[in-house]
Amino acid sequence: MPVVETAAVSPTCPTEIAVRLTGVTFGYDRARPVLRGIDMTVPRGRLVAIMGGSGCGKTTILRLIGGQLRAQTGTVCVAGEDVGALDREALFALRRRIGMLFQFGALFTDMSVFENIAFPLREHTELQEELIRDLVLMKLNAVGLRGAAQLYPSELSGGMSRRVALARAIALDPMLVMYDEPFAGLDPISLGIVGQLVRRLNDALGITSIVVTHDIYESLKIVDYIYFVSEGRIIAQGTPDEVRASHDPFVRQFVDGQPDGPVPFHYPAKAIGREFASHVR
Amino acid sequence: MFADTIAGALRRVGAATLDSLARLGFAARFSVAIVMHLPGAFRRLSLTLREIYFEGVLSLVIILVSGLFVGMVLALQGYDVLTRYGANESLGILVALSLVRELGPVVAGLLFASRAGSAVTAEIGLMKTTEQLSAMEMMAVDPLARVVAPRFVGGIISMPLLASLFSTLGIFGAYLVGVRLIGIDAGSFWGNMQAAVDFRYDILNGFIKSVVFGIAVSAIAVFEGYNARPTAEGVSSATTRTVVASSLSILALDFVLTVFMFRGVGV
Repeated sequence: MPVVETAAVSPTCPTEIAVRLTGVTFGYDRARPVLRGIDMTVPRGRLVAIMGGSGCGKTTILRLIGGQLRAQTGTVCVAGEDVGALDREALFALRRRIGMLFQFGALFTDMSVFENIAFPLREHTELQEELIRDLVLMKLNAVGLRGAAQLYPSELSGGMSRRVALARAIALDPMLVMYDEPFAGLDPISLGIVGQLVRRLNDALGITSIVVTHDIYESLKIVDYIYFVSEGRIIAQGTPDEVRASHDPFVRQFVDGQPDGPVPFHYPAKAIGREFASHVR
Repeated sequence: MFADTIAGALRRVGAATLDSLARLGFAARFSVAIVMHLPGAFRRLSLTLREIYFEGVLSLVIILVSGLFVGMVLALQGYDVLTRYGANESLGILVALSLVRELGPVVAGLLFASRAGSAVTAEIGLMKTTEQLSAMEMMAVDPLARVVAPRFVGGIISMPLLASLFSTLGIFGAYLVGVRLIGIDAGSFWGNMQAAVDFRYDILNGFIKSVVFGIAVSAIAVFEGYNARPTAEGVSSATTRTVVASSLSILALDFVLTVFMFRGVGV
């Protein structure tokens, strides 16, 4: 099976925790920080959701965990390694143990479904072609798409693309899989299928999963723990039962889908009296 | 009020300067990274061959047809002028030197930038927009090695071959018009051409030009694609920039190369 490379374990990062963020801040420019002191722990084998409105910094957290972005302050630990301290080679070695499902699948459009899943195997292993074929078909079978192996991404529905991307994310048997909005734009049947696959694969393969989503109903059904992020901070967290029983105004607004509340309906603007009829003055 | 306007203008100039410097710095780092990944393009030979097919073979129609017509027009115009001086037997020389030294590399380069350069930029830009490059990075595969380097090398190899074919078809087109249509003696057409065209001075210099243009167009195309804003409008602007910047680079580089290569002609 795939070669698993490990870099030196950081003394500040415990190996028994899959992912830990400590005091992480990040911003694309100084004036507008995206994350402001994020503390988060994802134990091994757990399925954890990060929830929040659009643009609150959820995907940025995944990019920090995957090392595509570097935290400005704080530490990001993955499997005992300080991601911010890794050089490019060590980071790539770590990424071989991480699978990621992008929002719209990010399948390679010039390759068939089979070639897409074989891609990481061919890039990182020296396996015989027959063995790669069997592994690819096993992964496709796990997501129910063995029969679609020869189709191209343009021939797949949104739900099928997501499932193929999921098969590709687990091709190298990763220890951690990150899902960026896996439920966005799916019909109810596809949504249920993808949700159940995320849970089943997490349990069957013993992997750790982080799901970034704003789909509260599907998340409450499948995840072990939920972090709520708003304006770059974690403002609530808990198990699905705790979330359902919560009286926190933000959690209630999110769970009940209220248009106004701690997250205001209106984007910040001048007082309405000053905006309109200013010519009268 | 006036001070605010001045301050705003200065801020805009400063921001534009910083943007340009950042872009220049990114371009420099990008160029170094491509050079570092060049050996990888030969290790992944099947990918590079695939790009030669997409950039070279699929550009053949436009290159061959254009070459043929440019040669035919050149013969008609050349014959008209040469006849005034009683030198119509020199048509072969005029056509061959024009094509091999200038028109072959330059026009083929412009066509290559429009046909293949724009396609490379659009493809890489769309891969970025649809997060395929990010997905590759997250799979611990460097997009510079897997996507950019093969396209860069494929362009450099394709361009001189296309320019050679352009010149060849141009000469053939001139033969059709000059010899077959107008009736110039075939012996003097080919004989004068053979005597006047020097392999090192004319053909090799034309070949070097086409290699330089291939490097310029390919570098601009992959850079603009990789640096495109990940939106539909961003990819569209990047594609336009590739064609404009490549075309201007070809014309500017052609002047510089011509100055160095053909100083003996009186420059």
